[in-house]
Order: sequence, then C-alpha cells, then structure tokens
Amino acid sequence: MTITDYERVPTVSTEQNAVLAEKLKRLWETEPGIAGFFSTVDHKEIGIRYIITAFAFLIAGGLEAALMRWQLAWPGRHALTPEQYDQLFSTHGMTMIFLYAGPVLSGFSNYLWPLLLGARDMALPRLNALSYWIYLCAGIFLYAAFAFGFGPNDGWFNYVPLAARAYNAGPNIDFYALGMILLGISTTVGSINFVVTFLRMRAPGMSINRVPILIWGTLTASAANIFAIPAVSLAFFLLWMDRNVGTHFFDVTTGGSAMLWQHLFWMFGHPWVYAIVLPAMGMVSDGLPVFVRRPLVGYTVVALATVATMVLGFGVWVHHMFATGLPSVSLSFFSAASLIIAVPSSVGVFAWIATIWTGRPVFTTAFMFFASVIVLFVIGGVSGFMTGSVPVDWQLTDTYFIVAHIHYVLIGINVFPVVGATYFWFPKFTGRMMDERLGRWNFWTMFIGFNIGFFPMHISGLLGMPRRVYTYADGMGWDWLNLITSIGSYIFAIGVLLFLINVWKSYRKGSLAGDNPWDAPSLEWATTSPPPPYNFVVIPTVASRHPLWEDRLQQHEGEGSHVDAGLVLDHGREAIGTSSLDATPDIILRMPRDSYAPVILALTATTIFIGLAFHLWWLAALGALATGVDIIGWLWPERALGETKEPAING
Amino acid sequence: MTGAGDKADAVVPLTWGVTIISIAVILIISLLVAGAIWRRPGIAPQPAGSKIAVDEKTDGLSWIWIGVGISSLVLLFTVVWTMVVLAKVTSPATKPALTVEITGHQWWWQVRYLSNDPSQVFSTANEIHIPTGQPVLFKLIGADVIHSFWIPALGGKTDAIPGQTNETWLEAHTPGLYRGQCTEYCGLQHAKMGMLLIAQTPQDFAAWRAHQLQSPARPTDGGQWAGLANFITHCSSCHAVRGTDAAGSLGPDLSHLMQRHTIAAGSLPNDPQDLDRWIADPQGVKPGALMPKPELSANERASIISYLKTLN
Repeated sequence: MTITDYERVPTVSTEQNAVLAEKLKRLWETEPGIAGFFSTVDHKEIGIRYIITAFAFLIAGGLEAALMRWQLAWPGRHALTPEQYDQLFSTHGMTMIFLYAGPVLSGFSNYLWPLLLGARDMALPRLNALSYWIYLCAGIFLYAAFAFGFGPNDGWFNYVPLAARAYNAGPNIDFYALGMILLGISTTVGSINFVVTFLRMRAPGMSINRVPILIWGTLTASAANIFAIPAVSLAFFLLWMDRNVGTHFFDVTTGGSAMLWQHLFWMFGHPWVYAIVLPAMGMVSDGLPVFVRRPLVGYTVVALATVATMVLGFGVWVHHMFATGLPSVSLSFFSAASLIIAVPSSVGVFAWIATIWTGRPVFTTAFMFFASVIVLFVIGGVSGFMTGSVPVDWQLTDTYFIVAHIHYVLIGINVFPVVGATYFWFPKFTGRMMDERLGRWNFWTMFIGFNIGFFPMHISGLLGMPRRVYTYADGMGWDWLNLITSIGSYIFAIGVLLFLINVWKSYRKGSLAGDNPWDAPSLEWATTSPPPPYNFVVIPTVASRHPLWEDRLQQHEGEGSHVDAGLVLDHGREAIGTSSLDATPDIILRMPRDSYAPVILALTATTIFIGLAFHLWWLAALGALATGVDIIGWLWPERALGETKEPAING
Repeated sequence: MTGAGDKADAVVPLTWGVTIISIAVILIISLLVAGAIWRRPGIAPQPAGSKIAVDEKTDGLSWIWIGVGISSLVLLFTVVWTMVVLAKVTSPATKPALTVEITGHQWWWQVRYLSNDPSQVFSTANEIHIPTGQPVLFKLIGADVIHSFWIPALGGKTDAIPGQTNETWLEAHTPGLYRGQCTEYCGLQHAKMGMLLIAQTPQDFAAWRAHQLQSPARPTDGGQWAGLANFITHCSSCHAVRGTDAAGSLGPDLSHLMQRHTIAAGSLPNDPQDLDRWIADPQGVKPGALMPKPELSANERASIISYLKTLN
C-alpha cells in the first residue's frame, strides 16, 4: 500500500458483492481462540463484554441488596453486624452506580454506535479495548478488596472525615479510592472515543440532525464525563494522599475542609446521574417509535432537551448539600436550578406520550418495558422535584425517601430501558429472538415487584426512617413498610432472574431473527444479525432520519438513502471519515489491527494501583515503567496506518 | 407531615403542596400513558421480519409545547413558593433568647446550654429541653465526623460538620417529647444515634435548668459511696458528674442521669436493668460503640448503679 492510497477516491459499488464481503471478512475478522480474545478491537465484541460484565456486577449488587433487605425485613434484627451491613450498602452503591449503570450503557453504545452510524468501528478501536480492560481490572480490583473484607464502608459517596485515616484506619477506603481512580481512566478514554466517533465516523449524509437519539444521549453523557470525572478522580486522589502520604486536604484540624470533598464529589456525582440515564432515555426514544409505527414526536426538541438537561445538570450539585449550612442565597440558586431542570426532562415524557398516542402500539415485551419507563421516570422525577425545594428537602434528605428516589431513577430510567433494549436489540446481537411469552412474565414480575418494593420507601422516608441504618427499633411505624419493601424487592429479583433465564434460553434456541425482525428504521437493521466483523459491505449513504422507512415516509432528501450501494473501502481495514456537522466524506481512515497493547496497558496500569494499595512502591514503579513502554509500543508509528511516509514506488 | 412548631408550620403546607402536585402529576401521566396505549386496538406482535405499516404522521408536537408549558408554570410557581418559605424559615420572627450548642459525637449528642455568664453554662446528653412558645437557637458542631441534627416534628435537618459551626433554630408550640435522630451516615452506630427533644412550659423549663445547674445530692449510704468510688476509678476518665472528681469529657455528662428517659443515645430505656446491661457489655448493645467494656465485677457494677440512681 502506498501513501497515495489514502488520497484515492474510493469506488462506488452498486450491488451486493460476495467477493468483496469475503475480502472484508478476511481483513476485519478477529483471530479465533485465546489470541483473538485478548487482542480484539471489534466494537461488537467489546460491547457484548461490557454488557455481560455489567450484568455480572448487577447480579452481585443485587445479592448484596437481598442480604440487606433480609436484615431490614423486621425491626431489631442482627443477622448482619453493623460493619457487614455498612460494607454491603457501600459496595451495593458502588457496584450499581459505577460498575453497572454506567458500563452497561457503554456496552450498548459500543455495540450499537458504529451500526447506528453506518460505520465500520469506533474511531479509536484500541482505546475502546483499553476502556473495557481497565473497567474489568478496576471492577476486579474493587471486588477483590471486598472479598477480603476490605470493601468500601463509608457509603458510595464516602464523606470525609469519616473516610479519613483517623476514623477509618483499615485499608478499605484506600482500595475504594484507588479503584475509583482506575475506573475513571476507563470512563474517560471511553467518553473521548464516543465524542470523536460522533464527530468523525458518521456515514456520508448522516448530518447531526439525522442521528438517532441514543447517539445524542451517549454523546452528551460522554462530553459530561470528560468534565465530571476529573473532579471525582482528584477528590479520591487527594483523599488517598491524606490517608497515605500525610497531606491535609480534608483534615479540618490542620486547615483542611470537609466541604471540599462534598463539592468535588457532587460536581461529579450529579452530572454522572444524568450520564447514566440520558443514553437509556435515548434507547426509549429510539425504541418506542419502532413499536408504535411512527417517527418520534419532536426529534429536534428531544435532542436539544437532552443537551440542555446535561448542561443544567452541572449546575445542581449543591442540592445534595442543602443541609450543610450553606448561605441561603446559594440555596435559593441551586433550589431554583434543581426545579427548573425538570423542564427539559419533561420534554422526553411528553414526546413519548405523544408518540404512543398518535401511533398504534405493537404489544411486544420491548414496547412494554419502554412504555413503563415513562411512568417510572415520572415517579422518580417528581420525587426529585420535591427534594429540589430546599425546605422540603431538609425533611426528606438522608431518609428512605431519597433511597426510593434514587432507585426509581436508577432502576426506572436505567434498568427498565436496558432490559427493554435487550429485548429490542438481542436479535441483532445474536441473530435470535427472545421469548415473548417468558418476556411478559418477566415484565410484569419486574414491574409489579419493583413498585411493591420501592414505592413504600417513599412513605417510610416521610415517616422519618433514616437511610443507612443497619437496623431500626420497632414501634416507629416502619415495620410493615419494611416488610413490604423486602417482599417486593424479592419479587423484583425473581423478575430479573426470569430475564436472565430468557436471555440464556433464547441465546441457545430462540427463533431466527433475520436482518430486521421489527421492521425498524435505523441502519443497524440493514446488516445481518449478528453483523459481520466489518458491519457493512459498502458504506451506507444516508438521506433521512429513517433510512429503512423511506419507502413509506417520503421524507428523505434527493434520491434517498442507500444501504446496498455505497463506497467500497477494501484496501486494508479502512473507514470513511466525514465532516463534523454535515457528514460529507473527506478522508479515508486507516483502522488499526487487533492488538495486545490495550490489555497489556490495562494490566500494567492496574499493577501501579496494586503497588500503591499495598505500599509496594517498587511494584508501582515497575508498573509505571511497563506502562510507559507499552504506550511507546502502542504509539510506535505504523506504516500500515499511514503513520510513516513511504516512497510511492512499490504500489 | 404535621408540624409542632413555627418552623415546621411554615414548611408543612409546602411539603403537602409539592406532594399533592407530585401525586397529581403521577396520576395524570399514568392516565395519559394508559390512554395512549389502549385508546385504540394495538397491533399484535408479528412474525420476525414482517413488514408493518408505518404512519407518515408528523403531528403531536403540540403535546410537547402544552405539556412542557404547563410543567414550567407549575415549576415556576413552586420555585416562588419555595423562596417565600425559605425566607420565612431562615431566621425566626423574634430573636432567640436561648442558645444551645449541640455537638455530634460518634455516637451520641452532647448538649450544652450557653450563656454569657459562665456559671449558667452546663452540659447534658442526648436529651434537649427547650421552653415552648419561643424560638431556640442551635449551634451545631461535629466533634469527629459529620452528623446531622434532625427533630422531624419541629423542623428540617442541619448538618454538624467538623471545622464549622452551623446554626439552626426550632420552636415548639406545646410541651411534649419529640424524637430526633442523626441522619448523616457517621459510622458503625449511625443507626443508634437518637435523641429526644423535650419541650416544656417556660416555668418548667426554668425549674429544670436551675436544677441542672446544681450538683446532684451526695450519696446517703455506704453502698452508694462505694459506687461513687468505683465510678471515679472506672468511669471518670470519660464521664463527668458535677460536684465530684469525675470530669471526663469523652462521653456524656452524667450529672443528672436519672432525669433522662433513655441511655446510650436512645438505644435503651433508662432503668436499672438496662443500665446494668449497658455497663456490663456496651458492645453487645451497640457493637462498635466507643465505650469500652469496663473491667467490673457484678458487685462493683451493682454499687455503681446504686450510685447512678442517686443522680437526680
């Protein structure tokens, strides 16, 4: 290959070409077996791994919750010691918020983005692999500590001074701090990858007003992460230094500040909440229209509202700190902001209702999950609205009302959309349909169990039950509510189990799906199920928001979208780079081959953190050195990627 | 959801207001979703891959404008209402005459009545007496980690944070017992860090206060004197009793212990059996509590309890 190769004008194929497909398969296929397992950079492989890993953590977090609900089912129980209970609720929070809710959406987005965008892969495939491996390493790092009894024990938001050495002498918080910094690297590189992919990898013609809402959701979440993660990584790093090196950032006895932690944590924490729901809301916005047979109402408003929610999401962190004695002027500002953020959030709700109202529903399990999200979202939303009002929040904060709120948000707007999305995209992932009959049982068990379990928590909170108590006295009026909550949460757990059974059963012998089982409009349905390693034989050309519904909608521009005819890119692993707004093709991009560099980098980086955790400074130094060597190897210019010049004689 | 004081009275209507708005929103949206789904026959799921008609409609946008418009009005209304209530509860209508300093410790509350006259200052623990009908100022301090002070019936929470002094105020209309609880997770025994607020008529309060300022009566029999000696030996490095050599400040001041309703921050009723249970094995009652298990024989324990029973 020569340098001139990148400047060529790619040919356009107008017919499905078996020879071309075979050639592309050879170029893009991951080596089978163990070698391919560790070296693959295929976004589909990485996406599936993300989803499976995240679900494994969901199950772990669920089991932790089951133990806690066993303890709280009746007053005054001591099945768990306070220390065990504290580690359980802290690890449960850490698991669900950091190791499940974010990564599972990264998984779906990783798998779906290039397919939705008509691309061959993510913009930075090796970085994508790195992001997954570091996530896995950080998860194992945190859970290994938990397995040895050193799980976090000061709650997921880990307030100082309780988390300082003076009040928590064990290594628990050191593992938590280091694990979170490591995980932050994964989230950051993953987010950068999504932003670059959005700007560069859309199929020709897919201008930014034609991308699916899921893309908007993940894009805004990723952009937010890039700004939010540094705050929390810094906070954990300062805390680790306080605990291990003797600094005094959070030590009030020597001029440090306890409030600094809360500000840094929530400057990250609140945007993160939006980052783990906006992509899921995108799934609903893209999934519902397929099952009510009409385009989403108000695409532009919904896309803009997604961005607006995220921007406002950076201005509300203080609403977690209304009781900390801040001046009432700041309280007024953040209270108003916290209430006003409901305006863009409500756009999605009305858009979804209008879409169903004016369409005709197809009663699939996926539809039921997506439709139920609207109600759960509103319940989680209005409880947030109530806590946005400062004087009311002074009563509600740190009670079970907040526990109810966070679960309606995280389960209602993350788990329910994700399960719906699995029913929706499972045929694409595996080529097989999920069982609809079992799906009904799955939906109703989850929906009823969830509401029985979590709605009464609002009431226990209003009756004054504080959160994070390992037991409670009887006669407080909380007994029955807690018993109902425990029973409901077990019903919900059975619902999740039915889901897992359905996935397993359908994966093994579900009926065949074909390319487009739902007769859906977007590009991922234009290729086979599961898609080939190269996604599309020719690069699709896009002329509307609904390329596969154009024959029926008549809304496209010019002669319409093409999925069977388009640019041929077969001189190696190639993709097309397009302009940021209008997606006009302007460059042929060389995509990297499979590589061991990401998995090695993840391991060497983790070695640094293990060294720091055990104060084995030589190990940390060794890890840093190996990381440096690996980065040099990774960045070494490659001729095949056009990174070195070559005289054009051997073309 | 019902208030028993000025501050709570100002917030209760707002709490009900936003609750009713919230319930109404949930009902309306649920009805709309149900209506949207079932207003006409749906389409039964089709075999995979079959073509299903797609509607060309582009209408429905007015839903968003109307829905978001109404939501915005309600939200603006709530913002204004919130601001009005916030302004009302930020400081009391009259200047508080009484200031109480509350210090959150792992896992109990130190209650100190402040005064410009040092002879009028005294400490107690876990039970706060206030006079009815007048606002009381509370200064909140975190001795070790962050705690949060909350008497639900009288007002919202304020954190007690190390390194800063937060202020809040409460008022109670009628005499009574009001339960409170730490609401910021503060470690192993966060669950058992309760408190009681006892509102009394101003006369009763003045009498209580005068009594608190006195030293408890001296022991009257030999058993009690032995108990005092044991108390000084085993307990005084952490606990104080007015008028004795016991002046420890790590644990609650026990000067008038018998006047309290509960012990161990609301964990146990204050009666001789439970006192014995608590002294015999604090870790059994409150695992992780900072009170060590004292090395005491049953006789020594009994003598200490007979002494503690004199602390009226």
